[in-house]
Amino acid sequence: MNWKKLLLLAIPLFLWLINYPISNPRLFNPYALQIIILMGVNAILALSWDLVAGVTGQFSIGHAGFMAIGAYSSAFLTLNYHFPFLPAILFATLLSAAAGFVVGIPTLRLRGDYLAIATLGFGEIVRVAILNAKSLGAATGLKGIPILSSFFSVYLALAIALWLCLALLKSQPGRILLAIREDELAAQMMGIDVVKYKVFAFSLSACLAGIGGALYAHWTSFIHPDSFTFMKSIEIILMGVVGGMGTIYGAAAGGMIITLLPEGLRLLLEQNPVLSQNKEFIRMLFFASLLLIFILLRPQGIFGKKEGV
Amino acid sequence: MNLFLQQLINGLAWGGIYALIAIGYTMVYGVMQLINFAHGDVFMVGAFVGLVIAQLLPDKTSPLSVFLVFLSAMFFSTLLGILIERLGYRSLWRKNAPRLSLLIVAVAISLLLENSGLLLFGAAPRSFPEIIPSKSYFVGSIIFTNLQLIIILSCLLLMGILHLIVMHTKMGRAMRAVAEDSEMSALLGVPRERVLSFTFALGSALAGIAGVMVALYAPQINPLMGLLPGLKAFIAAVLGGIGSIPGAMVGGFVLGEAETLVSAYLSSSYRDLLAFLVLILVLLLRPQGLLGKGVVEKL
Repeated sequence: MNWKKLLLLAIPLFLWLINYPISNPRLFNPYALQIIILMGVNAILALSWDLVAGVTGQFSIGHAGFMAIGAYSSAFLTLNYHFPFLPAILFATLLSAAAGFVVGIPTLRLRGDYLAIATLGFGEIVRVAILNAKSLGAATGLKGIPILSSFFSVYLALAIALWLCLALLKSQPGRILLAIREDELAAQMMGIDVVKYKVFAFSLSACLAGIGGALYAHWTSFIHPDSFTFMKSIEIILMGVVGGMGTIYGAAAGGMIITLLPEGLRLLLEQNPVLSQNKEFIRMLFFASLLLIFILLRPQGIFGKKEGV
Repeated sequence: MNLFLQQLINGLAWGGIYALIAIGYTMVYGVMQLINFAHGDVFMVGAFVGLVIAQLLPDKTSPLSVFLVFLSAMFFSTLLGILIERLGYRSLWRKNAPRLSLLIVAVAISLLLENSGLLLFGAAPRSFPEIIPSKSYFVGSIIFTNLQLIIILSCLLLMGILHLIVMHTKMGRAMRAVAEDSEMSALLGVPRERVLSFTFALGSALAGIAGVMVALYAPQINPLMGLLPGLKAFIAAVLGGIGSIPGAMVGGFVLGEAETLVSAYLSSSYRDLLAFLVLILVLLLRPQGLLGKGVVEKL
């Protein structure tokens, strides 16, 4: 057993060891913990988007939809049927993967722009469907979801997701996804079943987004269709772009940065009564400007390498 | 039968408005293969410029002020369109950046415009002053208003002007050349970047006018009003065959009529769903749209 494998085993142990002190409000600031957990959840979401957009080169603006499916399905099970956390997460993962698959098959034959519109439509359909589903709380949202997520579970999930993505990029399917991103037509000419691999990427990405959603639901203990709007999808895109599309560690770091930055902004805004009234708009303006600045001036993101084409 | 005719007339006005916005989408797509998601928000800005100017004018209902309202909305949205192209798309387009980046820029600009609008005007809808006093006409048992008539006629007029510009001016010919084969037209000396600016200007001018028309017809406006009509106009453009200007006109009218008929005969809650249904059906059954040419991807 070499040191790399030992390190791999040490990570869960380390997470588990610091989980107790960090979750204790007397030892660690709960507000800071809240942010740290959300950073982990968003890092998973950013990874999920990066897998489709950064690695495979397909544009999705409906990732909040996959997240919503994961969040609602797991919360439904733990709330109504008292499922333990792990099976609930597994079910949520499978369901969102199935959604990714179902969305994938008809839409992935579409070229880039049409795909964007179709994923947007998908996200909206999921949200409106939940808004009309009485068993899912409809417009009042789901309250009192047991708080089962912890520092340990979130960061263990993130570590597994990171490992999965890195392993994928080194494997043959991962290389095929990169080939599709670089030149879809050429990949097809090489005998690659492009649609099959695009659907694969979409399902895997939906899986991760579903896990992110499930962890999120069991941390905040309250979910509402408004948490999964188009704006959420944009936020996820911003994370991936800022971190660096196609980079794995970069995307995860982007998720963390984009969670942390608005917190500073919020502290700034709340001191001014006029600004704090409009803080939601200002936050979106800030996000949009950031997105624009990055794409125009540093399209490779903070952690991406410049491509030498 | 009378109800049917009545609905057809109601649908025509919306159809014309969709068509005007759809033309902007389709022209931009033609010259740079980009879905300009910010186009719906240019339409919103047109409506708000109209609102501000109409509130400034002393005599709101005189023909001159109506003209001024439309002209200023057109002017400012044209300016905005050119600005969006210059600052947002051009550098990426020059670098031959992946289309993903262009799409992200489009979404970002759209968010920027919407949230600036929300910050300036608030989220509550504002009522638009009645600069054209409404009159109703009866033909048999069918009612139509002067506003509907004005909207339909000016849409047709604008489309006529557009047709002249695209088919019979030098710039229009350059536009068609770039849409046909961008690289080749550049080799033959077509100033592609000027063509891009011109295309955005033309499309945005039409969107600005459409904005004021909706503001008069609705008659309420809010900073998010560009979202749904923008998306529907895009669907109209896809329905007609994206890249084809006559297609956008046909698609706009067909979608407008279909929506009005659905809300009249089924339920108005299906109205917004219909557009997405149309999109999915078109993409699955006839991706090149009604009037588009089937394109084989070039190697």
